[in-house]
Amino acid sequence: MTINRRLQLYALPVGSVLLAALILWYLLAFALNASGVIDRVLTPRGPWSSSDLLYASLNASRPLLPAPHQIIIDIWNSISQWPLTSPRNLLLHTWVTASAALTGFGMGVVLGVLLAVCIVHSHTLDKALMPWIVASQTIPVLAIAPIVLIILGSFGITGMLPKATIAMYLCFFPVTIATVQGLRSPQKMEMELVHTYAARRVDIFWMVRLPSSLPYLFPAFRVAIASGLVGTMVAELPTGAQAGLGARLLTGSYYGNTIQIWSALVMASLLGLALTGLVTFTERLVIRQRKGA
Amino acid sequence: MQTKAIPGTLLLVSAFVLAALALIELSIGEQISWPQTANTLLLLLCAWLACSMARWRAALFAVGLAVSAVWLILLPYHALSTSVLALLAMVSVQRLARAPVPAGAVAGLLGLWLLWFWQILVTGYAVPQVILPAPLDILTALVDSVSMLAGDLVQTVLKSVLIGYLLGCGLGVGVALLIDRLPFLQRGLLPVASLTSTVPLVGVAPIAVMWFGFDWPSKAAVVVLVTFFPALVSTLAGLKASGRLEQELMYCYAATPRQNLLMLRLPAAMPFIFSALKVNATLALITAIVAEYFGSPTAGLGFRISTESARMHMPVVWSAIVVSSLAGSLIYALLVRLDRRVNFWHPSLRGGAA
Repeated sequence: MTINRRLQLYALPVGSVLLAALILWYLLAFALNASGVIDRVLTPRGPWSSSDLLYASLNASRPLLPAPHQIIIDIWNSISQWPLTSPRNLLLHTWVTASAALTGFGMGVVLGVLLAVCIVHSHTLDKALMPWIVASQTIPVLAIAPIVLIILGSFGITGMLPKATIAMYLCFFPVTIATVQGLRSPQKMEMELVHTYAARRVDIFWMVRLPSSLPYLFPAFRVAIASGLVGTMVAELPTGAQAGLGARLLTGSYYGNTIQIWSALVMASLLGLALTGLVTFTERLVIRQRKGA
Repeated sequence: MQTKAIPGTLLLVSAFVLAALALIELSIGEQISWPQTANTLLLLLCAWLACSMARWRAALFAVGLAVSAVWLILLPYHALSTSVLALLAMVSVQRLARAPVPAGAVAGLLGLWLLWFWQILVTGYAVPQVILPAPLDILTALVDSVSMLAGDLVQTVLKSVLIGYLLGCGLGVGVALLIDRLPFLQRGLLPVASLTSTVPLVGVAPIAVMWFGFDWPSKAAVVVLVTFFPALVSTLAGLKASGRLEQELMYCYAATPRQNLLMLRLPAAMPFIFSALKVNATLALITAIVAEYFGSPTAGLGFRISTESARMHMPVVWSAIVVSSLAGSLIYALLVRLDRRVNFWHPSLRGGAA
C-alpha cells in the first residue's frame, strides 16, 4: 500500500517535471537550430515548408543543441554497431572512466578511514591535522590535476593511476570528515560500559566505534563517489587521454561535434547515477545484514 | 601523575641517537664542517631542553629550534641533522597541542614545518623544478608575476565566479520561494534536483563555450548551472525546518502566509541556505577554473594553470594555485563570518560563544 501511495505522491509530479523538461528541450533545440538550418540546409535546396524546417532543425548534423532523440540514437549506434573494444564504442569510454573512478574511490576510502582513525585516537593529530583537512575543502583541488599528472608521469606512472589519484584526492575529504564524526558518535554510556569490561582500544574500535560510524559512512561514500567521477573526468582533459568520457568531451569540443559531447554527458550522468546506486545498494545490504545478526 | 613520562619520549630518545650519529659522521669526514657541527650541537641542546616541561625551557627550545631551522636552510643539505630536526619538529607540534593556545595555532605550526621540509628536501635532493618547485621559488614567481595573476584573479573570480554565483544562488533561492506554495511542483522538482548532485555538470563547459563564446559569460553560465541545484534543494529543505510549536503560534496570531514566510520560515531556513552558500562558494571556484580548460581568453586562473603547465613553468602554475586557494579560503571565511552574524541563534553556533 505504501508503495502505491508513494507512486501517487511522487511518480506523477516527477513525471510531469521530466516531461516539461523534455518539451522545453525540444522547443529550445528548434529555436536554437532553426536559423542555422535555414542558412546552411534549406535555402540552398530551394523552396521549403514549415514542416521541412521542423524536421531539419531537429535532425541537423551539427546542431547547436541536439534533440534528445538524436542523442539516444547516437548512443545506441555507438553501442550496437561497434565491437566493445572499438574506440567508437561509448561503453569502452564509460568503462575506462568508471574503472579509474572506482579505483580512486577505493583508495580514497582507505586513506580517508585511516586518517580518521589516526585523528580520533591521537590528540596531537586532531589539533594539528583536522583544521588542514577542513581548510583544504576550500582549495580548488581540481586545479592541481595537471600538476599531479606531470609529477606522476615523471615517475613513469601513466594510464589509469594518475586519474585514480585525483579521484582519490577528491574522495577522501568527505570520508575523513564523516568517519571522524561517526567514530566519535558512540554515547558516553556505551563507552563507559565497554570501559568497565576492560576493553582495549582495539576492541572498542571494532565493537563500538566502527559499527556506530556506519550510518555516517554511507552518505559520505555517495558524495565521495560522485565527486570522484567528476575528478576522473577532469583528469582526462589535460592528459590527452585516448579513452574515457572526459576525452570524448574534449575531442567533441575540438571538432565541434555537439552530438558527441552530449552523448558523453548523458553517459556520464548515467554512470554517476549507477555508481551512487551501487553505493546505496551496498548500504542496504550491510544494514540488512547487521539487523539480521 | 608525577611519575608519568614526558610526552614524546620515544621521539626525544631517537633524536638523541640520531644527533650522536650525525656528530660522528661529521667528525670522521676529511674536513670538519664547523657550521654543521655547531648546528648539530644546537639541535642536541634543543633536545635536552625539551626533556623537561618547565616553561623557560620550552621558550628556549622554541627559539633554538627556529634558529637551527633557518640555519639549516642556508647550510648545505645534511640528511642526519635534518632528520633530527624532523623529530624535534614533531615534538614541538605535540607540545603545542597540549598547551592552551588558540585553535589553529597548532595547525599553523604543522603547516610551517611542512613548508620548511618541502623547501629543504626539494633543494637538498635537487628535485627538478618541473616536478616540484621549492616554496621560495613559488614565492618568487608569485611576486614576479603579481600583475598578471591579479588580472587572472579579476577575470576568474570577479567576473565568472561572482556573477555566476550570485545568479545561480539567487535563482535557486528564488525558485524555491516561488514554488513554496505549490507542493505538486516541489514533489516533482526535489528528486530531480537531488539527482543532479550525482551528475558531473562541469561537463557542459564545452557546450557553454559554444553558446556564450570564450569570455567570462560561458564560465558564469556553467557556474549558474552548478550552483543552482544545491541552493534550490537546501532552501526547500530549510523552508520545512521551522518547528511545529512556532507554526502554531503564528497560526494563533492569524499571520498571513506572507508574514509566516518572512517572520518565521525564512529565518528558520537561513542555516540551510548558508550551508548551501558555503558549499557553492568552493564549487563555483572549482567549476570556473575547470571550465577555463575548455577554452578561454588569454587571462584567468584556469587558463594560466593549463597553459603554463604545458610550457613547464611550474613555479607560475603553483603560484596561480596559491592565489586561487587563497581566494577560495577568503570567500569561505567571509561566508562563515556572515553565517555567524545571521544565524547567531542556531544551536551549532550558540555553543561556540559560551
